[in-house]
Amino acid sequence: MSTEAAHHGSPTASEGEKAFDPKLLVFCCNWCSYAGADLAGVSRLQMPPYFRVIRVMCSARVDPEFVLRAFERGADGVLVAGCHPADCHYIGGNYRTRRRIALLKMLIQQFGFDPERLKLEWVSAGEGEKFQKTIVEFTNTVKELGPSPYRGGV
Amino acid sequence: MAEKIKIAQYWGAGCGGCDVALLDIDAKILDVHAIAEVVFWPIGFDGKIKDIEAMPDKSITVSFYNGAIRNSENEHIAKLLRQKSVIMISFGSCACYGGTPGLANVTNRKEIYETVYKNTQSTDNPNFVVPQTHTKVKEGELELPEFYDTVKTLDEVVDVDYFMPGCPPTTNLIAMAVDAVAQHVTKGTPLPPKGTMIASDKTLCDECKRERVEKGRRIEKIYQAYEIKPDPKKCLLDQGIICIGPATRAGCGAMCPNAQMPCRGCMGPTKGVMEQGASMLSALSSLLNITDAESKMSEDQIMTLMMQVKDPLGTFYAFTLPKSALKRAVTERGRRKAVN
Repeated sequence: MSTEAAHHGSPTASEGEKAFDPKLLVFCCNWCSYAGADLAGVSRLQMPPYFRVIRVMCSARVDPEFVLRAFERGADGVLVAGCHPADCHYIGGNYRTRRRIALLKMLIQQFGFDPERLKLEWVSAGEGEKFQKTIVEFTNTVKELGPSPYRGGV
Repeated sequence: MAEKIKIAQYWGAGCGGCDVALLDIDAKILDVHAIAEVVFWPIGFDGKIKDIEAMPDKSITVSFYNGAIRNSENEHIAKLLRQKSVIMISFGSCACYGGTPGLANVTNRKEIYETVYKNTQSTDNPNFVVPQTHTKVKEGELELPEFYDTVKTLDEVVDVDYFMPGCPPTTNLIAMAVDAVAQHVTKGTPLPPKGTMIASDKTLCDECKRERVEKGRRIEKIYQAYEIKPDPKKCLLDQGIICIGPATRAGCGAMCPNAQMPCRGCMGPTKGVMEQGASMLSALSSLLNITDAESKMSEDQIMTLMMQVKDPLGTFYAFTLPKSALKRAVTERGRRKAVN
């Protein structure tokens, strides 16, 4: 990419070593993962504060367009969290989700993104600690990747 | 009729198919002739841009612009025709969504120049001479349009009144547009509201005559079109061939599926949908079979399953990449050390 606009808003070489605060979007399903996130919160588990949670009824409600829009609007990483296999409140919503996320990872790679900017994780209502661990790890991964190449528009 | 209306047709980054499509309306072309005079049509006859520039504003009744915006000349003429025309029609998939030329948004000018002017086998260009916008020769200065990094759609550079998708727009849609303009000119019938998509509001499957499974639709395996001989009556998607019909606007009469070819999505997304690619990706993922063993499957197995789709971007955005959410490909700047 040679457009200057694509590099707008990104750190320059000298700023490269400074801390980068990523913008992460987290979709949580109403029945498992949101409750898991809530548990992490009420248990006062420490997490880096760079993520925003959007509650959806089911992880399968996350239209692939939502993910692409998130990247378009400057998200550095997108996490989709849903019920474990065989635990979906709607029987098989999470099976659709995992197929879509797999295909989306291939797609965003073709768009030039590192596929690790998109993550799928199963978090049950009892797994506050897993939610915390997922957020910590994902934040570190995205920090390593640096700002999204799409930041500032193209 | 006392005076004929003026129409113009221009091609931007397109193949010329849209220009020819206008002639495909057979005898209806006489209706066009009866009311209109063509003032500018580069593929049809010699015309000069300076003649158009000399015309008063809004003196052309309808301009049909086909092709995407690939270079500065495309953009200049789009703006010129907009200024001189009462009605601007975005004609064909390239003008509406970027079309096939829009797939170049996976790369950029530098890479395109390197491929075209250096790396192709038949190219002998040791000094890597590439087109320049200005070149001085002893007779004076030569000019070439500037080649853009990113392909744009027509409505990204000018205000568009009507959209006619299709690669090319089918005769029935062109006849519809010609009729609407003819009725307006001869009888004063009001034109459709601005921004109207001259096509159907339904999905392509609605027009397709193939029989589809109504309940419990599932596919076991994805096939490339050449791998199997499809049943001529059954839905292609049900047979495992990727057909973009469910995510595509109707209006073309489902000509491709009816001729045993899967839909590739040239009519663009359906009404109310912005992202044709995401829409099809979602539909296809949901169709793949789920068995009792699903809960035991690992994410790697799911990845292998989905890797049956060979080229998601090329398949789902064959015509709409410049109109998609991300519009073009980007480049990661590389991993950095974790800073905590």
